[in-house]
Amino acid sequence: MTWLRGHFVDVLSLAGQHIYLAGVPLVLGLLIALPLGWLACRYKVLYPFLIIGTGLLYTIPSLALFIMLPLLLGTHVLDPTNVLIAMTIYTVALLVRTVADGLGAVPDEVNQSATAMGYKRGRRFVSVELPLAVPVISAGLRVAAVSNVSIVSVASLIGVPQLGSLFTDGFNRAFLDPIIVGVVACVLLALLFDVTILGVTRLATPWQRAGEASS
Amino acid sequence: MIRFDAVSKQFPDGTKAVDELTLEAPTGKITVLVGPSGCGKTTSLRMINRMVTPTGGRIWIDDQDTAEMDEAQLRRGIGYVIQHAGLFPHRTIAANIATVPMLLGWGKRKSEARAVELLERVGLPASYANRYPAQLSGGQQQRVGVARALAADPPIMLMDEPFSAVDPVVREQLQDEFLRLQSDLGKTIVFVTHDIEEAIKLGDQVAVLRGSGNLAQLSDPAQLLAHPVDDFVADFVGKDRGYRALSFQQSPQFPLLRESSVPLGATPAQAAAAARDGWVLVMDADRRPLGWIEPGRITAPVRPEMLARGGTVATAGGPLRNALDAALSSPSRRGVIVDDQGALLGTVRAYQVLAEIEERARPELDQADLERAGLRPGEETPG
Amino acid sequence: MINRILAWLTDGAHWQGDDGILRRVVEHMEYSVAALVIAALIAIPLGLYIGHTGRGRFLVVNAVGAARAIPSLGLLFLAFLWLGPRLSGDIAFLAPAGLVLIVLAIPPILSGAYAGVEGVEPAARDAAAGMGMRGTEVLRHVELPCALPLILSGIRSAMLQVIATATIAAVVGLGGLGRFLIDGLAVRDTPQTASGAILVAVLALVVDMVLALVQRSVVSPGLTGRYGKVSL
Repeated sequence: MTWLRGHFVDVLSLAGQHIYLAGVPLVLGLLIALPLGWLACRYKVLYPFLIIGTGLLYTIPSLALFIMLPLLLGTHVLDPTNVLIAMTIYTVALLVRTVADGLGAVPDEVNQSATAMGYKRGRRFVSVELPLAVPVISAGLRVAAVSNVSIVSVASLIGVPQLGSLFTDGFNRAFLDPIIVGVVACVLLALLFDVTILGVTRLATPWQRAGEASS
Repeated sequence: MIRFDAVSKQFPDGTKAVDELTLEAPTGKITVLVGPSGCGKTTSLRMINRMVTPTGGRIWIDDQDTAEMDEAQLRRGIGYVIQHAGLFPHRTIAANIATVPMLLGWGKRKSEARAVELLERVGLPASYANRYPAQLSGGQQQRVGVARALAADPPIMLMDEPFSAVDPVVREQLQDEFLRLQSDLGKTIVFVTHDIEEAIKLGDQVAVLRGSGNLAQLSDPAQLLAHPVDDFVADFVGKDRGYRALSFQQSPQFPLLRESSVPLGATPAQAAAAARDGWVLVMDADRRPLGWIEPGRITAPVRPEMLARGGTVATAGGPLRNALDAALSSPSRRGVIVDDQGALLGTVRAYQVLAEIEERARPELDQADLERAGLRPGEETPG
Repeated sequence: MINRILAWLTDGAHWQGDDGILRRVVEHMEYSVAALVIAALIAIPLGLYIGHTGRGRFLVVNAVGAARAIPSLGLLFLAFLWLGPRLSGDIAFLAPAGLVLIVLAIPPILSGAYAGVEGVEPAARDAAAGMGMRGTEVLRHVELPCALPLILSGIRSAMLQVIATATIAAVVGLGGLGRFLIDGLAVRDTPQTASGAILVAVLALVVDMVLALVQRSVVSPGLTGRYGKVSL
């Protein structure tokens, strides 16, 4: 693959951009989805509104959102911030339901015994509910991560540089190599995100590892 | 009649779940398979309708080898009730019950009419027909499971721990209704349970299986309690065997003490006048006993909270066990005996019941049991 | 800008003709539905088989996960550059995009199908077999209806995926609403681009709502818990 050897640095820099555009929304999205998901779980009345509301956002095709956001926000079309915000919206849309379901999956008995032992609401959330919801949330986060990596590449159509630029580049010059490199790079990146999240999850849930060891 | 002929089941990993099982489940009777976990009772049951294929031996249903019948046809002629009912969540109760009739081609109307009929038979209101399983409690779902198994009126029923997943109060109700149903229908039933009490209560004959998958003893419940063939069976059957065996003995008409009684609201003086040996019985307007009262200890007219309710009540002509318990548990040491409507007939003392018990002969040892257990006469372990 | 967009959208001329809005909407739906149906015809039986027998599960689960990572844009370009030159006429545009649409629609439906069948209560399956239903009857009467919620979920997911990818596919020559976005971007006609974006978003929302209604009416109330007035 001589093309790759010649353009390795470019590919790396584009990959870096890609990581930024796909990864930062994951963090932001999670931070926003946590309180929203908690609300949806705690106040059952809100659940349908929040879930359907965010679900609607997820329905909007990526290219359409990338185009509409600059107009709504007043930013310049080429500004990567548009992509960042769009990806955050998608991540939130995906994760609110996951967080709500993850918190909902914590057995009632666990919550009640925590309260009976004297945990106040806030502390119980951080020390008991959230850690137990981690496996479900992490599964949703992995899906969001992989999905984000794929969607971000579409942004090359509006001119924002990232790995997707390899696609448009290759297409414009009818040259397969950059496209193949781009696809492989995206898949590897998605794998990287997946493994990292998995690793962090395992660190955060030592009780699951112990369970596996004894079974 | 279902006949096991040296049936074995060995799994690919080498475990032998069932070892040369030979027994007969007579037509129209309930045969209970009971034993510790892993004794092969469920596996044996499931070999009857070929959910599990035997690796050795044969199973006969009325002289037909089950291995030679078409699987699906065989199963459509057998009612199958399992532990968590296994109702189809996406179908209404009526549609669930109507499953086998529909499979057999009865047609929608006939099947659904039958479904409603069976709903009422198992003690559920007909209005449940259009509800869904998720709307019913565990006990109700189990009843529907039984109704579903009865729908096509199969001559044989296989029941795998059907009452184990509900709480004890519901379980007792289900067991009693099941016995009532069986007395109406007379099906050939093979019933699996891990609970020896349930086995003794429900079975016409009980097959105790060992952990190694072979038959330890096959007897009727009274025989089982009176003559367990070895230590394993004796341990499994458990303690209080003499007492439990009394459930199978019917009380004679005991000569009863006449009791005078007082109604609720009687004054201490009235109660004292009617009392004998310091206790008097309190009854309601229909002559049904409510409890005992010690006139010496009350200072106000009799109210329900004052009653000593510890005594059980036995129906005349019922099991000896109930009569004995009535006498033992009564605060006044006089056991209350009532008629079929629950109205007082009189009281009986423990010594009367015990005298009756001692006059009765113990059930004779059945030689066949010994042969099955591989023992010779005279080698029986004292039970 | 809003005014210019509204002006563009309300201009009657933009709605008629071969490259008018109506035509494009119909085209978009044609591609999407066709791809979805073909994908469903492949994925549902396959998913049912895997869920029912348990064979090939490991392979498929991982393949579905991996498939999510493949960027749709890259795949479109690859397909076009590889297949396009080998075909001629309109097919040269339709086939690569169509193929990619189908390939991307399969994973969600497949996943929904086998997860749905696997999720059927084991007791219900055991009872069904014990009552004398043969394998195909168990599938038809018990597993399929109980798997329906997840299958329909998968189809909804796939539909969104297909509509979104069909939009992007305009860049390799496919028709549909994506044309407004791509053509608009090419000539920097922002009202056109924005209008296209709004139209696509609205289409996606409407289709999703329709599918949600279908889901509600087709799935048995016993599974969803919507019993109406009657309850314990």
